[in-house]
Amino acid sequence: MTDTTLQSPAERGPLPLPPAVARPLIAVGAVGTIASAFMSWTWTPDFPGNLTIYGYPAGLQILALVAGALTLLYALALWRVKGLGWLNPSDATSPVFLTSLSAFTVCWFTGIAIAVDLGGLVNLDPGAYVAMVASALPVIGALALPHPAPGTGVKGYLTKPEQPRHGTLAPLAERLVVTVGTVIGLVIFTYGIGINDDDSETFIGFLLVCVFAAWGLVHSGLLDRYSAMSARHKGFAAALALLAAVAFPFTQSDDHNANIGVNILIFATVALGLNIVVGLTGLLDLGYVAFLGVGAYAAALVSGSEYSPLHVQFPFWAAALTGMAASLVFGVVIGAPTLRLRGDYLAIVTLGFGEIFRIAVNNLDGDSGPNVTRGPNGITQIPDIKLFGFNLGDAHTLGSFTLGRFANYLFLMLIATAIVVAVFTRAADSRIGRSWIAIREDETAATAMGINGFRAKLIAFALGASLAGLAGTVMAHVNYSVNPQPYQFAGAAPPNSAFLLAAVVLGGMGTVSGPLLGASLLYLIPEKLQFMQNYELLTFGVALILLMRFRPEGIIADRRRKLEFHETGQLDVPAQTTLSDGATVAKAGA
Amino acid sequence: MRFGGLTAVRSVDFTVNSGEIVGLIGPNGAGKTTFFNCLTGLYVPTEGTVAYQGKVLPPKPHLVTQAGIARTFQNIRLFANMTVLENVLVGRHTRTKEGLWSALLRGPGFRRAERESEARAMELLEFVGLAGKRDHLARNLPYGEQRKLEIARALASEPGLLLLDEPTAGMNPQETRAAEELVFAIRDRGIAVLVIEHDMRFIFNLCDRVAVLVQGEKLIEGTSDVVQADERVVAAYLGEPFEGEPGAAEAAEVEAAETADSTEGEAR
Ligand SMILES: Nc1ncnc2c1ncn2[C@@H]1O[C@H](COP(=O)(O)OP(=O)(O)OP(=O)(O)O)[C@@H](O)[C@H]1O
Ligand SMILES: [Mg+2]
Repeated sequence: MTDTTLQSPAERGPLPLPPAVARPLIAVGAVGTIASAFMSWTWTPDFPGNLTIYGYPAGLQILALVAGALTLLYALALWRVKGLGWLNPSDATSPVFLTSLSAFTVCWFTGIAIAVDLGGLVNLDPGAYVAMVASALPVIGALALPHPAPGTGVKGYLTKPEQPRHGTLAPLAERLVVTVGTVIGLVIFTYGIGINDDDSETFIGFLLVCVFAAWGLVHSGLLDRYSAMSARHKGFAAALALLAAVAFPFTQSDDHNANIGVNILIFATVALGLNIVVGLTGLLDLGYVAFLGVGAYAAALVSGSEYSPLHVQFPFWAAALTGMAASLVFGVVIGAPTLRLRGDYLAIVTLGFGEIFRIAVNNLDGDSGPNVTRGPNGITQIPDIKLFGFNLGDAHTLGSFTLGRFANYLFLMLIATAIVVAVFTRAADSRIGRSWIAIREDETAATAMGINGFRAKLIAFALGASLAGLAGTVMAHVNYSVNPQPYQFAGAAPPNSAFLLAAVVLGGMGTVSGPLLGASLLYLIPEKLQFMQNYELLTFGVALILLMRFRPEGIIADRRRKLEFHETGQLDVPAQTTLSDGATVAKAGA
Repeated sequence: MRFGGLTAVRSVDFTVNSGEIVGLIGPNGAGKTTFFNCLTGLYVPTEGTVAYQGKVLPPKPHLVTQAGIARTFQNIRLFANMTVLENVLVGRHTRTKEGLWSALLRGPGFRRAERESEARAMELLEFVGLAGKRDHLARNLPYGEQRKLEIARALASEPGLLLLDEPTAGMNPQETRAAEELVFAIRDRGIAVLVIEHDMRFIFNLCDRVAVLVQGEKLIEGTSDVVQADERVVAAYLGEPFEGEPGAAEAAEVEAAETADSTEGEAR
């Protein structure tokens, strides 16, 4: 890329600007975007985030600042500025384009949003104009850079460039990188969750920056390299992730976000359980949320709530086991007759079961049936859990931190999530997990290889059900009550069966991080974009269609699925360490 | 074995002795694959039984494999999105017994079993010549290697009898030669082999005994010389009419079956 002048026209980007113009354009634009964040964008603090103060970036301005800085970094990396080469291992031009798009979209979105929200362009302060103009320059400049994949037109900017084979660092350095990555992840997550529920504009800007910046990072090969590193230090990365999740409540000043956090965690855990059934075994379960409901109701019944017809109070561990056992029984009862059959029978039966559960729970109210669940009123006033003398309902102070009720439950739920993650990874990488994947791939061949298909499927189904039951027992306590409303096939808010399935598919089937990410997104988006409430299911459907069209393997692709959907003829050769790398490893190990 | 009115395989009595390579030939649609499917429990035979080492096998594929009969498929059926090694490990399923609990607890027993399985699988990959590709996805292997992998996967279940359905289909002459060597090597491990093939050279080089299946019935069974000399075999392949044509009897049979079946609906 140093000898851009020698490039033939075919390799040039679509805009016929000489490199001598394109480069300064990118640099000036990126710096201008950063600078604009310190100016006032509008005169009134009515617009979410208060963008009026000079010198103090807020809300969307911070996002513009980050996006501008990323653009600048990638541009400098492309120009071989010393010390930035690691940013762009694939040495592609498209990361500059994509990061400049993140700045461009967030600045223009903000400008338009200010004009629309406050009624007219008069509400824009000079800062906003500077931001809009400055953020557009790098996009133009990037289009004049050498084309990332000559001969492919605009599409070339969006398809991932050829990746070099990544080397390895010394183990200690890799762990450091993983630590930094985890901290960045926590910061991003905390920022996203911390956006005020009324600040839909800021959240949309946040999503825009995240999507384009992540896209750019993927193109640069940085994320690939990072995930290879964390895969090499699996245990360490998992421990860090757990630590980051534990740290999350300490970053929050009020309990509201911890409430969102614990709900995300419940949703994500259930999605991960579903991933065993759908992602690993290939069984389509359309009524999975009912198992969550069974667990929640079972826990509520034995919680000692005065509205529960059983006037017993189990300690939490016993309640959790009860919930799991109840879900397990239901799983076996549903699975045993249907899993003998192949094809879509299971989907229909589980869909039916999900509805039957909700209707039955609605009707067991003492009028239309025996009083077990109090019908639509649900079982309320579920007492808080007491663990080792701690009442999880009380706020505790730890040093200078106050941990509220939801933070306590977040910690409890983290234990449940860790259990589910461990079950998932350990089961997947074993004889039984291989037999599940074999069944997913080709059931006939699997049985001909000696796998008892019915048995293996039943185990997967029952295991998935009981894990959902476990999450349900915590959920009953977190929400103080259980009622039939959330346990439906499709609804405007998670958890429901359609959202759970979507979380698995969106995140990436067969992976651990996929459903966790998918669930976080699917929980936060409806939560933060309240104005969309009436169109939620419509948007949801459209989004699913687009997903299936453009990225059927989900955001985080299973190594296998990636190859399945995007056949490019490349062989799946595992990265090999070169000799010199091996020497470094040996040295560091010594 | 009947599919609706079609009798695909009819009264085929067939014995394979241990340490033998037996060929099964016949024109397209003769019912060879169907015969395999009956043997391995993928189809439940309308009448008749399969016995292995004196014991009658239930028509359940996994129990048949458990008992010691493994197979490959005419149209390769690998687990496309699993690695080569994982494919063979799945083949080990019947010879290991670690369940969910031991997978979750990961005790020393589990680890030992996994290690042993892997060593065994690697040994088999070495045997068929795929050890260097253990981490490739099965779908990315070239055709000939996919066939080899299928054989390795079948061998992983430690069978006493291996059923090969057209193992050289689509192979070039060198690959066919290599496959021949492989089958001999398998026999030398003490495994009896029953092989379906259209390549007559391959069959007559390889087999101690050959059986000919025509229109679902066994025409003749004997050594290569006997079968090669039999003019009915030639006729069956070339499609000439010949005396004692089983077709007439077959046609009557089919008609009878059709009338019988139409009362209970088409049972495909
Ligand atoms: N599942 C099925 N349903 C209906 N008919 C079937 C089925 N399987 C096989 N048949 C029929 O049974 C007959 C025998 O088929 P089979 O596949 O056993 O032949 P084959 O000897 O293996 O032929 P080839 O040499 O082409 O592989 C064919 O007429 C086929 O159409
Ligand atoms: Mg056949």
